[in-house]
Amino acid sequence: MLEYDFMRSAFAASGVAAVLAGTVGFFLVLRGQTFAGHALSHVGFTGATGALLFGLSPLAGLVGFTLVAGIGMGLFGEKLAERDVAIGMMLSLALGLGLLFLHFYTAAATQAAALLFGNVLGVDSSAMLTLCILAVASLAGLAAIGRPLTFASIQPELAEARGVPLRFVSSAFLAIVAVAVAECAQIVGVLLVFTLMVGPAAAAMNLTRRLGLAIALSAALALAEAWGGLTLAYYTDWPTSFWITALSGIVFFGAAARRFAG
Amino acid sequence: MSALSFDAVTIRLGRRDILSAASFAMREGEFVGMLGANGAGKTTLMRAALGLVPVAAGAIRVLERPVKRGNPAIGYMPQNRGAMAGLRLTGWDVVASAALGRRFGFGSLDKAARREIDWALDEVGARDLARQSIGELSGGERQRVLLSQALLGRPRLLLLDEPLISLDPAHQKSVVEIARRICEDLKVAIVFSAHELNPLVNAIDRVLYLGGGAAVIGPVEEVVTGPVLSRLYGAEIEVVRVRERYFVMAGDVEVEREAHRHDHSHDHHDAHA
Repeated sequence: MLEYDFMRSAFAASGVAAVLAGTVGFFLVLRGQTFAGHALSHVGFTGATGALLFGLSPLAGLVGFTLVAGIGMGLFGEKLAERDVAIGMMLSLALGLGLLFLHFYTAAATQAAALLFGNVLGVDSSAMLTLCILAVASLAGLAAIGRPLTFASIQPELAEARGVPLRFVSSAFLAIVAVAVAECAQIVGVLLVFTLMVGPAAAAMNLTRRLGLAIALSAALALAEAWGGLTLAYYTDWPTSFWITALSGIVFFGAAARRFAG
Repeated sequence: MSALSFDAVTIRLGRRDILSAASFAMREGEFVGMLGANGAGKTTLMRAALGLVPVAAGAIRVLERPVKRGNPAIGYMPQNRGAMAGLRLTGWDVVASAALGRRFGFGSLDKAARREIDWALDEVGARDLARQSIGELSGGERQRVLLSQALLGRPRLLLLDEPLISLDPAHQKSVVEIARRICEDLKVAIVFSAHELNPLVNAIDRVLYLGGGAAVIGPVEEVVTGPVLSRLYGAEIEVVRVRERYFVMAGDVEVEREAHRHDHSHDHHDAHA
């Protein structure tokens, strides 16, 4: 299967996105902000459809919108990012707007499906380069804020007392989440971002108690699920996103069962 | 030299004066129990000493220096209201997250930092507990692990906010004993806030009582008396002493016990009061 160009770039793109999603997702789960991540993906949908309507690249619209929304959420403070109702409303408003944009955009059907459920085989070389640059920048950013972020996630009050700038850390983190969401949306679509961002991270936390190990495991699981899904899709001709969600679900529920069984 | 001093300090939250021209000073290496009704300002007082709450008037000094945020001379243990119960990470990793939590940039814990964490855990006898997941520890065990975190950086003043909250009597006793031992071994001053005086009465050097915006510090037998507490509570208070135990009564209601019960239904409102 690797003799095909499109398969090689699909493996590369999904690999990059999965490692980023697994790493960022761990902190998302640690902070209890998974719903915020989910909402960001829907905002991304608005951005992507808006970009299509105005003849721009959907990836640019996706990244731009999620970034602005992520930083905005961070600036409003920890409180807003935890408010389910506000986030839920933003989420449906964003999807509604996206629908409106698609309504005006005539070649809607295939693009809509690709945005909602992903199209890993459609990643071209220029998009590939963008994905790589964004992923490297995000991982570097995450490494730079990693220690205060961990501290602030586990014990926000103590971190504040010790002089950690909570608002800065929170905004910077959500900006990184926004990029990770946009990358994932390219692979599995905005509706299924959870599968790579949250599934592997939550499974990793059920498998180990050690912080460093859990982060590494989360990234490794996300990578294995993405590549496994791609391989299964190649041999069955079923959608890649289906296989990735299936693998992610099996791993998550398996890890949860293992923890509660013993 | 004083470890912590308040000089005519007024702190205003919203429209309410939590403290109004309150003054007290505690000595270095002193173990002070802080008491007072809900909303009397116990948590606020600590947050003000940490530089997290602005002072409307007066001056706070920590080890004879003005307040600054992120002061490394203060070790702080915030009130733990069960937020860690669902966390799967080991106690060691949770403690370690504070060790380097202030620094941005790459790199991991070096040998010296790891030794420091092990030392702090040994001080509270929690080295073995810290290998387990923090969420799976009992309340008392978890408090011990978190207490070790406050010792990192060898502070000279410890602010412990309600370490006894929702602990059973046996665990209350062990936490108080550990705090007393830390105070003596490390020559560190401790402010230990609590709902009830009795678990602390034999361990503390002096008591700091807050009420009606004022603060009174002194030996237990001088502060926990009818006249002093009546002034702080702004109501007729009678103190009944039975052997080493104190019962603070307003009419026929026991004040501290009542405050404790009251607290469980109003937890979130008073979290920062």
